[in-house]
Amino acid sequence: MALWVTFWGTRGSIPVSLDCASIRDKLAGAIVASAGKGLDTQEKARTWVDTELDFAISHTFGGNSACVQLDAGDGQYVLCDLGSGVRAFGNHVFSRDGPATKNVFHVFQSHLHWDHIMGFPFFGPAYVAGNKIRIYGCHPNIEEALRRQQDPPSFPVPFDSLSASIEFVTLQPGRSYDIAGWSVTARLQSHSGDSYGYRFVREGRIIVYSTDSEHRLDVPDEVEGAAAFFADADLVIFDAMYSLADAVSVKEDWGHSSNVVAVELCQLANAKHLVLFHHEPANNDDRIAQIWRETVRYEEISRTDRVLRVSAAYDGLEIEL
Amino acid sequence: MQLSQERYGDALVLIPVGRVDNTTTDALRSDLQRHVASSHKNGDRLVLDFSKVDYISSVGLRVLMLAAKQVREQGGAIVVAALQPVVREIFEISRFNLVFQCFGTVREALGKVSANAQAAYDSAHGA
Repeated sequence: MALWVTFWGTRGSIPVSLDCASIRDKLAGAIVASAGKGLDTQEKARTWVDTELDFAISHTFGGNSACVQLDAGDGQYVLCDLGSGVRAFGNHVFSRDGPATKNVFHVFQSHLHWDHIMGFPFFGPAYVAGNKIRIYGCHPNIEEALRRQQDPPSFPVPFDSLSASIEFVTLQPGRSYDIAGWSVTARLQSHSGDSYGYRFVREGRIIVYSTDSEHRLDVPDEVEGAAAFFADADLVIFDAMYSLADAVSVKEDWGHSSNVVAVELCQLANAKHLVLFHHEPANNDDRIAQIWRETVRYEEISRTDRVLRVSAAYDGLEIEL
Repeated sequence: MQLSQERYGDALVLIPVGRVDNTTTDALRSDLQRHVASSHKNGDRLVLDFSKVDYISSVGLRVLMLAAKQVREQGGAIVVAALQPVVREIFEISRFNLVFQCFGTVREALGKVSANAQAAYDSAHGA
């Protein structure tokens, strides 16, 4: 059975979008790169864009905040976090199933900071009677946080007006649960107000979602705990928001990690595929692409035996396991 | 990891050797802290000669950051010299090249922190 992971929102802290200057730069870059390519039809141009043009020019990493879907092809909708990306996910569900289809959604919350819950008031299926939404997490106040963001004067539609059946389930970190066909375990992470990573296991395949976490590799207990949580993962979705230099100096204790620590921890845990996630909102596409290339290079430098694949998440990325 | 050292005027050149990773960082940390503390007392400038280091991990880089922070609080100076190409790449990937002033040679680094030290280096090396 194929498992799919779809990234609906990958940006950290606050959603961002391309501005006019960025689009102008991309167009200029594409025009220069196309010189001498003989692109005299739309079809030729599209093929060239898809196969040859640099990703940072032809695409964008996107700007929605955290929302990741796990799909085992069994019709169950499983999500991590309700950032602004969940709006696009909801629209996708409407397009795929039609607005009348009743669905069950299982949502795992890393924590309750605004960027991780702000998409919920714009999640279309929450407004459809007959849909069921189960929201899991280790924080006892998830319901309070979601209700509060829809209270006046912050939002015009109160939480109680949502027509779907919404249920909140508190999980205990370190305990394994069977939910929607997945074995799920949460782990406490270092972040303001606490955050929790999730380890999902299904048919021998392992996906770790670890965002908004400051991993300290100079603390042996933390290294041991994180490596065990990441152990043998097929996919690790990792908060690589800062450079290492920032993470250990001016932004120490801000609750985020770096690409360098991501590689070292995944190598230690014998993970197979690292996905850089929770991109710094100040970084444009060129900068994120540069960080990805540098991370690939750091993996080569620090590799001991097994190759760790490295990707940079973008809104719309689909990974098959 | 023991740091060997060379003195040139009012500068101390500290020379780590080999891989700076989780297995060697504790020794580096304690040795470096000792030198940072004594540099404050003696008014020494510090140069880290990385010509014999072939890898440094995040934990090792964090030790350098702590040392740099302490030196700056003391009003002193600490710079890096003679990075091997791979280690230079690691400094760039981690953005530590923006934290530390990095010089191609120990002589250049000494010239930055103290003219007196560079003169002592030239004298010792027959320049």
